[in-house]
Amino acid sequence: MATLELALEDEAGATPAGRRRRLGTLFWIAIGWMALVFAVAIFADLLPLPSPTDMDMLERRAPISAEHWLGTDGLGRDELSRLIYGARISLIVGLCAPVIGVTIGGALGMLAGYFRGRFESFVVGSMDVLLAFPPLILALAVTAYLGQSIFNLTCILGVLGIPAFMRVARAATLSLARREFVIAAQALGATHTRILLRELLPNVLLPLLAFFLLGVAVTIVVEGSLSFLGLGVPPPISSWGSMIGEGRESLDVAPQLAFIPAIAMFLTVLSFNLIGDTIRALTDPRQGAL
Amino acid sequence: MSGVLLSVEDAVVDLPTPRGNLRAVDHVDLAVDAGKTLGIVGESGCGKTMLSRTILQLLPKKAKLSGRVMFDGQDLLKLSPEKLRKLRGRSLAVVFQDPMTSLNPVLTIGTQLIETIQEHLELGLAQARQRSIELLAAVGIPAPEQRLAQYPHQLSGGMRQRVAIAVALSCEPQLLIADEPTTALDVTIQAQILDLLAREQQRRHMAMIIITHDLGVVAGRTDEVAVMYAGRVVERAPTPLLFKQMRMPYTEALLAALPKLDAAPHTPLPAISGRPPDQTRPLKGCSFSPRCRYAAGRCNTEKPSLRAEAPQHFYACFHPIAAGVDA
Amino acid sequence: MMQQVSSDPLLKVENLVVEYSVGGKTIHAVSDVSLEIARGETLGLVGESGCGKSTLGRAVLQLRQAVSGTVLFDGHDLAAMQGDSLRKMRRRVQLIFQDPIASLNPRRRIGDIVAEPLVISGVKDPNKRKQIVSDVLSAVGLDPALVSGRLPHEFSGGQCQRICIARALVLNPEFIICDEPVSALDVSIRAQILNLLEEMKTRYGLTLLFIAHDLAVVKAVSDRVAVMYLGRLCEVGPSEQLFATPAHPYTALLIEAIPVPDPDIRPTQSIPVGEPPSPIAPPSGCRFRTRCPRADARCASEVPELRMVAPRQFAACHHPLI
Repeated sequence: MATLELALEDEAGATPAGRRRRLGTLFWIAIGWMALVFAVAIFADLLPLPSPTDMDMLERRAPISAEHWLGTDGLGRDELSRLIYGARISLIVGLCAPVIGVTIGGALGMLAGYFRGRFESFVVGSMDVLLAFPPLILALAVTAYLGQSIFNLTCILGVLGIPAFMRVARAATLSLARREFVIAAQALGATHTRILLRELLPNVLLPLLAFFLLGVAVTIVVEGSLSFLGLGVPPPISSWGSMIGEGRESLDVAPQLAFIPAIAMFLTVLSFNLIGDTIRALTDPRQGAL
Repeated sequence: MSGVLLSVEDAVVDLPTPRGNLRAVDHVDLAVDAGKTLGIVGESGCGKTMLSRTILQLLPKKAKLSGRVMFDGQDLLKLSPEKLRKLRGRSLAVVFQDPMTSLNPVLTIGTQLIETIQEHLELGLAQARQRSIELLAAVGIPAPEQRLAQYPHQLSGGMRQRVAIAVALSCEPQLLIADEPTTALDVTIQAQILDLLAREQQRRHMAMIIITHDLGVVAGRTDEVAVMYAGRVVERAPTPLLFKQMRMPYTEALLAALPKLDAAPHTPLPAISGRPPDQTRPLKGCSFSPRCRYAAGRCNTEKPSLRAEAPQHFYACFHPIAAGVDA
Repeated sequence: MMQQVSSDPLLKVENLVVEYSVGGKTIHAVSDVSLEIARGETLGLVGESGCGKSTLGRAVLQLRQAVSGTVLFDGHDLAAMQGDSLRKMRRRVQLIFQDPIASLNPRRRIGDIVAEPLVISGVKDPNKRKQIVSDVLSAVGLDPALVSGRLPHEFSGGQCQRICIARALVLNPEFIICDEPVSALDVSIRAQILNLLEEMKTRYGLTLLFIAHDLAVVKAVSDRVAVMYLGRLCEVGPSEQLFATPAHPYTALLIEAIPVPDPDIRPTQSIPVGEPPSPIAPPSGCRFRTRCPRADARCASEVPELRMVAPRQFAACHHPLI
């Protein structure tokens, strides 16, 4: 029958020309900065750096020199070394906390959006309670009971991120679960697990990933604020936030002590956002099709 | 009253896309006489909506347009934005496919109608209100006075389309463009809306352009039909002539592909193989040639131009369906 | 059963009632519908949007819970089945949707999408799966080598519908519910898909329930046609007979409303002004009475039963046209 012909050139013509879209220089600068930050944070122990906790009371707030590339802080500790070790803490907390959020929040959101009903009401309700709780008070309470540690800090920030990830996952699942391809899978007799993992997860993952990178950026800032307030990592460990907090005391004599970690944090957060946006734009399957 | 009300001369619309330049409208010439109805028929993506937007001068910002659009003696391309705005709504009105998106969801029907009338006709509130009620009654809306206080979402699809028509008719336009006015509606409602449009057109002696993908919609309700394919008008003729002596194989194929009510069940339909071309990669020859059963020789290398057979019958084909041969 | 079509129908729907609530209001989507479909038959189901025809299709597949009534597929009561046995039964019944692009997962490759039913039904051997998938893709007119590795957005609507048909066929089902399979497609593509469905029907020995709002399309593929209005069945009969001599005024209205591509036939202006009432509060008695030219007091008080008006033709009307 004449209906069953589809010219081959026709098929080739359907290939989107935009497979390799230009990523732009900004994206590569962001990638470069991230690579640098990750590299020095990971290999901090191997770098020929002075110890970040060694105090030299004779050289307090020393200016930039060959010995101290970025000078020293109010207690005479090497600023560059503190910055690099601080990057470790900021990145560990900044990455691990959103992982907690995305795993628990994402799973809850998908289940709530797919099964609806009472389970959804329960999840949404409890998340609203969590959101309504002032985060600073929660952080204060937990650190007061369990003590100040990186692990506790990460857990607090992670838990605080759950409602946001739950909302993103639920919203995406809600709209997807009504789409025909999900109904088609149900009609095929696929199990709920299979539908959640094979049909929904790949589609929900992308908005979640984009939000995850945003979450990393936000967490780094929040960790900074908490450390700034003295609720973050316990001294003498440095994080960017605690460095800014300590630098505040000498803002008039040595402004670089607050500004250098602030700039590092600014660039890192900006890079995460830039990369997140680009990845989201890149992997949207519909963009290629005009 | 006669004479050309609207003429589109050599219109070309180019749209830049990520995949390259898309020629949405490709050297189109059209004319509509006052009080007459033109049907524009084509499949999705053939450029019929871009053509209507060209006439309304509502093209997307990045689109490039060349050619001339003459309406009532003025070149629309040369009018100031202010004058154009006055012209649209006053003399040139439009009814879209989806009345839910063309009506403002947060304003009552009364507000939308009365404001349009007040703005364009400079009537007082009481007069404008009276006129709105008359209009709603004219488009067949029961209890028009109560409807004025309702919001679009409180009405059914057919009722909303009636309201959209009332808004379009409110300023006694000289030309009404109906862009797929019934595609979103059910069959029984479709017939009612088409009847309504025809009735109002006759009563107001207004010119009308009906844009549709359904040859059945234009058959009994237009004076002239233009068939579009891949941005070009490929055949244009007075409606009876077009249906009886079509020359363009695409028109023939389009008509043949419609399921017929008088055919027995399970009769295979003469389908058009393949699919419309990608307009970002224009073909060298006739754009219908890859799907055409008459295509041969120069169809693949040369673009046929639109030529006249009878004074009013134009088609763009090297191998037209022979006269007298019943397709 | 009054409208019995064969002694051993493949699908038998009896007194099916489907209701669901939206915003606290009950929508009477399907009210007391009984239908039979014989093996190898195509039953067309027509009606305007909101008449419950899609809900009926989904209720047959148990994708929507029925309030009451039974759905017997090959003698088995689908509503009574659960878990594994229902899943097994579902493999014999497939569904094709209106929006072909939305019914394909945008992030999975065509090869995987078409193979999915095989994976679910436990075909473990990847080579065997690949073979079946490529056979069925060729059957629907697509080149497996070119198509398998691509994502749905790289295809046009018509091609996506071919892929959906391939996915529906891959398990070798007996029964396919086509829910408006061509209404999202252009005229030239529509004919291709209709022809393909017909060809697949003969090739795979299928029974079809063809749901559409376009009578001309339904007539082109159906042996029998059922007309639905506001959740109730108005008329059932052999296609040609139903179109030649409609008994229910609603069927007549639908036929009359079809635009005919012939400039000599001036459209008649006899269609009553009026719109379907809301399925939240359907009219009493005959649901069509508010738009019916023949309605009288009896139509308002008494629900018309489906009864035989001609051989094999049944209508639910107190004042049938024949």
